[in-house]
Amino acid sequence: MKLELRGITKRFGSLVANDAISLTVQPGEIVSLLGENGAGKSTLMNVLYGLYQADAGQILVDDQEANFKGPGDAMAAGIGMVHQHFMLIPVFTVAENVALGHEPTKFAGQIDLSEARARVKEISDQFGFNVDPDALVRDLPVGVQQRVEIIKALSRNAKTLVLDEPTAVLTPQETDELMTIMKQLAAAGTSIIFITHKLREVKAVADRIVVIRLGKVVGEAKPSAPASELASLMVGREVDLSVERSKKAPGEVVLSLSNISVRDDRGQLAVDSLSVEVRAGEVLAIAGVQGNGQTELAEAIVGLRKLEKGSGEIKFKGENIEHKSVRHRLDDFLSYVPEDRKKDGLISEFTLEENIMLNQSYDDDRGAEFVNRGLINTKVLEAEAEKVIKEFDVRTQGSKSLAGQLSGGNQQKLVLAREMSRPHDVLLVSQPTRGVDVGSIEFIHDQIMQERDDQQTAVILISTELDEVLALADRIAVMYRGRIVGIVSADATRETLGKMMAGIAA
Amino acid sequence: MTEKSKFQSVVREIMATSITRVVLSILLGFFFGGIFMVLFNENVVATYGNFFSAPGDTFLAAFNTIVDGYGALLRGAIFNPEGRDLVAMFRPITETLRMAAPLVMAGLGLALGFRVGLFNIGGTGQIVMGLAGATWVATRMELPPIIHMIVAVIAAVVCAAAWGAFAGFLKARTGAHEVIVTIMMNYIALDFFTWMLRTKGLLLAATGGGTPKSDPPAATAMLPTLFGDMYKIHIGIFIAIAATFAYWLLMERSAIGYRFRMVGHNANAARAAGIKVESTFVWAMAVSAAFIGLAAANQALSNPGGITTSLNADIGFDAITVALLGGNSAKRIAAAGLLFGAFKAGSPAMQVVGVSPEILGVVQALIVLFIAAPPLIKAMLRLPEPALEQKVVA
Repeated sequence: MKLELRGITKRFGSLVANDAISLTVQPGEIVSLLGENGAGKSTLMNVLYGLYQADAGQILVDDQEANFKGPGDAMAAGIGMVHQHFMLIPVFTVAENVALGHEPTKFAGQIDLSEARARVKEISDQFGFNVDPDALVRDLPVGVQQRVEIIKALSRNAKTLVLDEPTAVLTPQETDELMTIMKQLAAAGTSIIFITHKLREVKAVADRIVVIRLGKVVGEAKPSAPASELASLMVGREVDLSVERSKKAPGEVVLSLSNISVRDDRGQLAVDSLSVEVRAGEVLAIAGVQGNGQTELAEAIVGLRKLEKGSGEIKFKGENIEHKSVRHRLDDFLSYVPEDRKKDGLISEFTLEENIMLNQSYDDDRGAEFVNRGLINTKVLEAEAEKVIKEFDVRTQGSKSLAGQLSGGNQQKLVLAREMSRPHDVLLVSQPTRGVDVGSIEFIHDQIMQERDDQQTAVILISTELDEVLALADRIAVMYRGRIVGIVSADATRETLGKMMAGIAA
Repeated sequence: MTEKSKFQSVVREIMATSITRVVLSILLGFFFGGIFMVLFNENVVATYGNFFSAPGDTFLAAFNTIVDGYGALLRGAIFNPEGRDLVAMFRPITETLRMAAPLVMAGLGLALGFRVGLFNIGGTGQIVMGLAGATWVATRMELPPIIHMIVAVIAAVVCAAAWGAFAGFLKARTGAHEVIVTIMMNYIALDFFTWMLRTKGLLLAATGGGTPKSDPPAATAMLPTLFGDMYKIHIGIFIAIAATFAYWLLMERSAIGYRFRMVGHNANAARAAGIKVESTFVWAMAVSAAFIGLAAANQALSNPGGITTSLNADIGFDAITVALLGGNSAKRIAAAGLLFGAFKAGSPAMQVVGVSPEILGVVQALIVLFIAAPPLIKAMLRLPEPALEQKVVA
């Protein structure tokens, strides 16, 4: 199927989210839509999928003008969409999810799943998806759930698949598997629109790259184009993806964990007798595949999760702090950037200003004086908010706008701004660049290095992104099943780290 | 970790209804109320028989009924040009203010709870506990004027707050849903109050026979009237105004209110920011109920006849409608209290012109329904949220 978008324009109030965007996708072609968060990629795809109506422009399917009033029309025309957040019902089986919405029925309204089951099996076998039609979706790993979404689309005869940031939730291995699948699908004639901001993936899989910035197509590139060129196109200025780091000896031990054990929400031991220490002016990276206890480790350091009774200690500059409350840890020495910023790091319904004082709302908190005799000092707060918004380059309409309206990268910069601008000795950052655009990644990495070099902060960086770990860390501790497999220096190779991430000690 | 429930987000969305939609809902409420009026009015019903021969009669009768009905409401609630003298002409507005005061106070309390994500249905129980406290002080203690009144008000606030805090404690400690807890505690409070009113030496009137009724409050504890015997209106309206200001200061300007809102919006982020979410629930319930305690004091200390069980408890429910209509803004809550206060003040006048005052109950319910329905329907149909992020300048 040949798909053509011609001069698509979509406005929200005074904002032009898509400005006369044109895009053609040939049958069996993988087109990458590359752009920063907020560039207008998702809006464009929502227009294509019938969720939004374009203010101007046309959609042509096989040179015939199409008019999508809703996702139903788009699906009928052969367009399938895999959203960043899966639209699956966890307690249903794969086949039930695939049948959902067009359930074939037998006598007296019984649902006939045999067809759906056969279809899942057929598609799964054809592309080597390895998906069991009768498995419950909630029991499947994220990567497999994504394949279920793809099967769902294919089972409705999708000829063009739109994948919206598909790798954001995947491990490196799962990402590789997805790339293979995409290539197979394309070889079988399916067109793919691949929305992302990860340059490595674009280069690996795309036939053609279309770069969008501020609602406009700013250029096309071949995958052979150097990453820095793509990044510059995306951001609209020169981007330096390498991180500058000075060689220096780290200072004293600031935070030490010895023998700590923590259970997860289901009562399983998620961190198992783990010991590690971090020094002033050093970046310690905790690498590993997601779900090996990193989240629980971070929560234990912050105090959100209790240590297993009788297990180990956490010391800050020699003083035991495992009994201290979250508030006191944050106030005494710790800045914390949680991995899920929307859930734990900020309050979407609050203004930027209000988010700046999230953990400084008590009279006696260290640092900025936002609260005076129980009342919020709006002038001080506004001034501080304006200052850090500028300093951390948070792109916003103003400090009074809501945090939920920021793009992902800007939300992350807001959280970093808050945490880095209040007094701290230890910076715990979890997945600092997940779902963040290239321009912001560069900035965030620079900020973390400044913490290390200028502030002499002890930085703990929890990340599943190997590139990030290799670029920033002085030492890399690889976590596997709640334990640290080994700690290596920053010049370790990808292969070594990959093996360690699979649990094999170096 | 507590996740934001769908229930909470629906309540929150109702509270965030825009002022335009609120005004529209009120107008629609009156419109449909008018239709009800017409449908069941005797004069109009009498014209149905010859509707086809003389439809004009029906429409005329319908029109007259609506004009009469709402005209009476205005006369009963704002200004009565037919009054015997100036005092009588202005009486309606003073009655509206008097009726509005407790609704505003209790409405503020419930709205506060809603904003912290606590759907406090326990207004009734909290008001009853406040009544018990205030009545006990007002009938069983002897204190100098003013001081007696202040002590009685404090007693009402403390009793109500303690009752609310206990509900918050049960939620925080056991994870029980506050709706269930507060509803059950309503029954306990009502029975407890009845028992006190029945028991000699507690609240039962000295002259009282079999009926559970208290003595009238001591004159020293009564809220002073503003115009002597001319009008019934008393200083309660000023307490309500002060409460509105206090609510605004607490929720919009203070660090405590900030933390309340924080927990209400996103308990996870609050916890990660070092807030003790569970104890915030307890405190928020206490403060929410404290406002309701003010309403209780207002009722207990303004009724010269003595308190009975049946009296006043419904304010706890009326306040829910006030809070939903008022949403997140103190000013709007005060306005909603005034509106429903006017309904209460105006209903006798409607009865006089032959329109059943229950119509006002219908109007009140319709207004809330129009405000609450869109978020509810959206939640039931699981319509997707409009994507915020896409509307933002990069």
